[in-house]
Amino acid sequence: MEKSAYFKGRLLPYLLLVPQLVITFLFFYWPASQALWQSFLREDAFGLSSDFIGLENYQTLFAQPEYYKSMLTTAVFSSLVAVLSLSIALLFATQADKNLKAAPAFKTFMIWPYAVAPAVAGVLWIFMFHPSLGTLARPLRAMGFDWNPLLNGDHAMALVVMAAVWKQISYNFLFFLAGLQAIPKSVIEAGAIDGAGPMRRFWTIVFPLLSPTTFFLLVVNVVYVFFDTFGIIDAVSGGGPAGATTTMVYKVYADGRLGGDLGGSAAQSVVLMVIVIAMTAIQFRYVERRVQY
Amino acid sequence: MVEHRPWNDIIAYAILTFGVFIVAFPVYLAVIASTHDAATVVNGNMPLLPGGHALENYYRAVFVGGSRTSREPVGHMLMNSLISATGIAVGKIFISILSAYAVVYFRFPFRMTAFWIIFVTLMLPVEVRIYPTYKVMADLHMLDTYAGLILPLIASATGTLLFRQFFMTVPDELLEASRIDGAGPIRFFIDTLLPLSVTTIAALFVIQFIYGWNQYLWPLLITTQDSMQTIVTGIKKMLTTTDELAEWQLAMATAVLAMLPPIAVVVFMQRLFVRGLVETEK
Amino acid sequence: MANVVLRNVRKTYPGGFEAIKGIDFEVGDGQFCVLVGPSGCGKSTLLRMVAGLETITSGEIDIGGRIVNQIEPAERDIAMVFQNYALYPHMTVYNNMAYGLRNRGMAKPEIETRVQEAARILEIGPMLDRKPRQLSGGQRQRVAMGRAIVRQPKVFLFDEPLSNLDAKLRIAMRVEIRKLQRRLATTAIYVTHDQLEAMTLADILVVMNGGIVEQIGNPLEIYQKPATTFVASFIGAPPMNLIPLDGAELHAQFAGDSRSETEAGILGIRPEDLSILPASETVGGFALELMVDAIERVGPETFIYGARAHRDGKPAISRKPGELPPGEVIVRVPGQIAPAIGERIVATAPRDKLHLFSADGRRRIDL
Repeated sequence: MEKSAYFKGRLLPYLLLVPQLVITFLFFYWPASQALWQSFLREDAFGLSSDFIGLENYQTLFAQPEYYKSMLTTAVFSSLVAVLSLSIALLFATQADKNLKAAPAFKTFMIWPYAVAPAVAGVLWIFMFHPSLGTLARPLRAMGFDWNPLLNGDHAMALVVMAAVWKQISYNFLFFLAGLQAIPKSVIEAGAIDGAGPMRRFWTIVFPLLSPTTFFLLVVNVVYVFFDTFGIIDAVSGGGPAGATTTMVYKVYADGRLGGDLGGSAAQSVVLMVIVIAMTAIQFRYVERRVQY
Repeated sequence: MVEHRPWNDIIAYAILTFGVFIVAFPVYLAVIASTHDAATVVNGNMPLLPGGHALENYYRAVFVGGSRTSREPVGHMLMNSLISATGIAVGKIFISILSAYAVVYFRFPFRMTAFWIIFVTLMLPVEVRIYPTYKVMADLHMLDTYAGLILPLIASATGTLLFRQFFMTVPDELLEASRIDGAGPIRFFIDTLLPLSVTTIAALFVIQFIYGWNQYLWPLLITTQDSMQTIVTGIKKMLTTTDELAEWQLAMATAVLAMLPPIAVVVFMQRLFVRGLVETEK
Repeated sequence: MANVVLRNVRKTYPGGFEAIKGIDFEVGDGQFCVLVGPSGCGKSTLLRMVAGLETITSGEIDIGGRIVNQIEPAERDIAMVFQNYALYPHMTVYNNMAYGLRNRGMAKPEIETRVQEAARILEIGPMLDRKPRQLSGGQRQRVAMGRAIVRQPKVFLFDEPLSNLDAKLRIAMRVEIRKLQRRLATTAIYVTHDQLEAMTLADILVVMNGGIVEQIGNPLEIYQKPATTFVASFIGAPPMNLIPLDGAELHAQFAGDSRSETEAGILGIRPEDLSILPASETVGGFALELMVDAIERVGPETFIYGARAHRDGKPAISRKPGELPPGEVIVRVPGQIAPAIGERIVATAPRDKLHLFSADGRRRIDL
């Protein structure tokens, strides 16, 4: 899309672009290229000298069992959060779409976890499920279930997933509700006249029409789990116990901060960038398709 | 819906009420915990109704800080959060409305190059390049400064794309009428485009304010002094001591204070918020 | 006050598309010029070139003795009324009108006088504090006009200003625009695709098609003597009947005058120039034997659609939407006349009402 009416200014457009370009170069392109460059270097412990070592950082990285573990953790975490938050949000959105008088009020309540910082959400959930003082942990332990997210990796993962899902429901709910409200009522009425019951109508008419929204949300949710859940993990489990909740982003942070291995950390950053760019490319192909839809 | 069965509504209400319960309970619990004393919270038998220590807890959190560890009072952190969230929102709006104006309303060499240079930043959130960015900030002596908290987070294309999209919907005839009325590019921007963009600016502000307020990883890295930390990073630090010693009632009071501004923004500016959310993702 | 002269004006887009293929005409001081043609004929582009909103590939545009090719729109001393009005949505009616004057650095009292005067003329005085979205379509139209007249420009430019109004309001505004222009005696160029608007408003009518001028003249002259079949079918509603004739038919029809020497041609007859007779009556002059296909009774008049009795037996197939199928003829008669469908009638026209064009339709052949 292009405007057919425009100004001819010579200098002005460049001046208008300067602030954003400066910020972008300084805080985006420079660091990103630094990451790329550092991933081929080995720095000594004091950061005084560095040698070019080619792909050695990557070889070391892919030789680490922990790295594969963090990939697996990320995959498990992402799919659990995406599937759970999407299905729960869809359930709520379909109910709110039933033209209830109270729907706007429900909507107002549903959206506020979006406003809660991930790190704060993590704190709220660890407080609820803290093995010794958690209000909801007590009944679990009373029933004889040895709940302890601080020591048991699966429990920790479950808790992180719950907190992440809780935070993401709002976003998905809003988009699903908008998607549902965009489906013409006449299509659904036509389905009813054709003799399809409510469940059948949902799966054969509503859900397929909603698929662009669903796919879009799927991509957004995966990106969310990759990056925005850092605060949740750091607050709930700090990546533990024993690395059970260390995702790829968390590992970049932990290795760089604790280990001081900048080359290795940079190599991890580069791998992450490649993954994100691949996901974005998928998203754009999809966006194009959606335009035609 | 097509059917008119009463139980249909009842089920819907039941499911939604359950939903609101799930959404609200963690927050409710935090509010309750912030009104009890330390012993009640830690003993594992905290009642589900408010206690009598609210004033004391909030007063201590805001003005004094924790007792067992020397902490920054939350009041100061709130101020830091407010400054950086506002800075991020305003900064992003400022740079992106100007660049979108250039890209949409002018024809000049390297226009598309500039657009793509900005556009690519959509793909990589700050999390993937934290250490190199940290190093850049250190080289620029921006650690522990507001500039350091703000600037790297405004390097993003979201705002530019949003404004570009809005500008494309402004009828060309308005620009032509302005040209006939003798308004140049700067006049047109100030007199016509900016007033028309008010809603878009407000929607973007709401989204970016929440985004800025809720930042965690970046402020954690860039601030080394307690006096510069934001409230979101501050809560976590309250809990890093051994769990039995952590002052949960203060942490929860802090959590409530940390949630309050963004939730208030979302609830009271719901329409702007929803609009901003939907449009930044298009 | 100024005249506008276009000399061999051309517009070629970067893609190579030639929108305007060399146009010359002159609009005298105070005259009302209407550019009319089907959509895509280049009339709006031409107007925007006069306004300075489109560049000129070659040729000259002269406003009041000054070549304006390189001059900014604001400096051309023109005012424009846009199709969608292009009112500034965030400004009040008053500010919409005052904006251009302020940008010129005009003194406040002078602006006030001019805006109040325009508001009085256009009867929008009570609305000066409102925003455009609080106004009806007709009121917005008036504000757009007001914005143009406060400037007291040398030339008014109108780009289909009435096309967003409903039919009734359109007629009322049409009359008003004409009255206003007469009163201000300002040169005007007006673009429309509506031939009725064009006929009623114009001092000079410029009929355009495919980036060229088909005919320039005063409206009645164009109606009475269309230069091409395009003009013949575009001006006048329902359109002129165009009937291809071969040499023999031509010779028979125009025996005794110079037109009969043409090899082949297209015969044109306006529907209102035809009258009908029962088939039994004998006629002098030109006569067409028709079978009635359809009848439209609109009250004061009746349109009769008749198929010519085919000599060659070819079926009647429509060529383009809006165009008569070969052999179909429209007759416009007073309302009380209404033959039955299927009835055979004879339509006749006096010899001096017949038009003849060359076989390609590009040239009129006169006696």
